[in-house]
Amino acid sequence: MPILTVKALYKSFRSKEVLKGISFSLNPGEILGIIGPNGAGKSTLLYILMGIITPDSGEIFYFGKNFFSNRAKILQRIGFASHYVSLPYSLTVMENLKVFAHLYGVKGAERRIEELLELFLLKEKKNSITRALSSGEMMRLNLVRALLANPNILLLDEPTAGLDPDYVRYVGKILKEKSERENLTIILTSHQLGELERLATNLLLLRDGMILDFGALEDLYVRYQVNNLEDLYFKIFGHVLL
Amino acid sequence: MFSFKRIYAILLRHLYLLKHSFSRWVDLVYWPTVDLLLWGFITIYLHRSGHTDLNLPSLFLGALIFWNILSRAQQGLAVGFLEDIWARNLLHLFVSPLSIVEYILGLIMYSLLKALISAVVMGILSVYLFNFNFFEQGMGIIYLTLGLLIFAWSVGLLTMAFVLYFGQEAEILAWALGLLFLPFSAVFYPVSSLPESFQMIAKVVPPSYFFEAFRALILGRELKTDLLYSGYLLNLVYIFFSCLAFILAFQRAKKEGKIVKIGE
Repeated sequence: MPILTVKALYKSFRSKEVLKGISFSLNPGEILGIIGPNGAGKSTLLYILMGIITPDSGEIFYFGKNFFSNRAKILQRIGFASHYVSLPYSLTVMENLKVFAHLYGVKGAERRIEELLELFLLKEKKNSITRALSSGEMMRLNLVRALLANPNILLLDEPTAGLDPDYVRYVGKILKEKSERENLTIILTSHQLGELERLATNLLLLRDGMILDFGALEDLYVRYQVNNLEDLYFKIFGHVLL
Repeated sequence: MFSFKRIYAILLRHLYLLKHSFSRWVDLVYWPTVDLLLWGFITIYLHRSGHTDLNLPSLFLGALIFWNILSRAQQGLAVGFLEDIWARNLLHLFVSPLSIVEYILGLIMYSLLKALISAVVMGILSVYLFNFNFFEQGMGIIYLTLGLLIFAWSVGLLTMAFVLYFGQEAEILAWALGLLFLPFSAVFYPVSSLPESFQMIAKVVPPSYFFEAFRALILGRELKTDLLYSGYLLNLVYIFFSCLAFILAFQRAKKEGKIVKIGE
C-alpha cells in the first residue's frame, strides 16, 4: 500500500494557478526528489503536503487515511525541515528541541535529543543560544528537530542549502541510511542536482504547476536517454541562460 | 482531543523566552510598579487634601490592579502570538500535530501567568506602601478577575485575527486595541460621569460592568450580581465573535499561504 497518495491537487493564489492537477503516490522507503525551475510549484506542493497551505481541491492520503480529517495523527508521523525557516533564536538548542519533543510527545526525549545531536555533530552546541549557530548548523538543527519523533515520512525543503560540501555528503549519507534501515520515506526539493542524484530513488518533474514526468530515477534515465540528472534536467527544462 | 503536553509545550516555549529576556521582565514588573507608585501617591495626596471622603487609594489601586490584569492577559495572548511570528515559528508549530485550539490554550496559560505575576507584585506593593490589600475583597475578586480575563482574551484573539488578516502592519493593535476600550471601561470613574454618547458605548463594553461592580464592592461591601451577569453575558458575545474572527482569519491565512510567509 502506498504511504502517500496525492489525487488531483489544484491550487491558485488570486488568479495565478500554481498547481494544476498534481497526482502521484509513494511507497514506504522511497526517496522522492521534486525538481523544477523556480516558480514550478515545488514549495507550494510541499506546504500543502504538510497542511500549512489549503489546496483549492484534491485529496491527500497518508498511510491510507485522509490527511484533512486525520491531521494531528498523521502529522505526528511526519517530520519537516526547511532551509528557509529557523527555530526561535532566543532559546538554546536544547530548549528548542525540548519544546518540540513535548509537541510531538516524544518519550525519553532527553536521550533522543542527545542521540540526534551527536548524529548531526551538534552535541557541543546543545547549550548554545540558537542565534549563535551558523546557517549550516541551523539546518542540521532543523533536521534534528524533524527526526525527533522518529517519523515515517520526512519532508525537506532544500535540506542541504547553506551546508559545506562535506556536510552535504554527510547529511545525505545519514538520510539515505535512515531510509534504507528504517524504511523512512523522504520527499525533498533541492536545487543541488548532485545531491538529489545520490539520494533520490524517484523523481517528480514539475513545471508551471504541472507534472511533466514522474518515476524511478533509473527509468527516467532510460526514457530520456541520459545517464545523469543534470543532463535529464536540461533535456526536460532546457537552458534558461545559455 | 486536546493534548495537555502540546498545550504545555507552548507555555514552555514562552517561559524559556521569558527566562532569557531581561526586557520582558522589565515589562512585566517595572511598569506595573511605576504605575502603582504613581497612582498610589496621587490618591494619597488627593485623599489628604480633603477633596473627598471616598476611600480613594482602595478605589484607584484596586482598579489599577484590575486594569493591569486585563492588559497583561490581552497582551500575553496577542504579543505571545507576535513572538511566534517574529521568530518565524508559526510554520514549525503548525506542521506539528498542534491544533489551533491547543496553541491558543497554551498562549492563554502564558497570559494568565503574566497577569498573575503583575497582580501579585502590585498586590504586595499596595499592602506595604499604601495599606490596601487587594486580595482581601473575598470571592468578588475572583468573579471580577475571571470576567476581565475573558474580555482580555477576546480582545487578544481579535488582535490575532487582525494580524493574520492584514499582516504585520496590524501588530500595533496588540498594544492599542485594549487601550481603545479604556475610556469606555470606566476603570477609574463611574459610567455616569461619562458624556451620554460615551455611556451608550460603555453599555456594550463588558469591563464597564466589572469596574462598576468593583466600586460597589469597595464602597458598599456588596457584590452586585446583576452587574456581573451583564458583564459575563456581553463577554459571551465578545468571545464568540472573536473566536469566529480568528478561525476565519486562520483559515484564510492557510488558503492564501500567509502562515508560510508571515514574519519574513
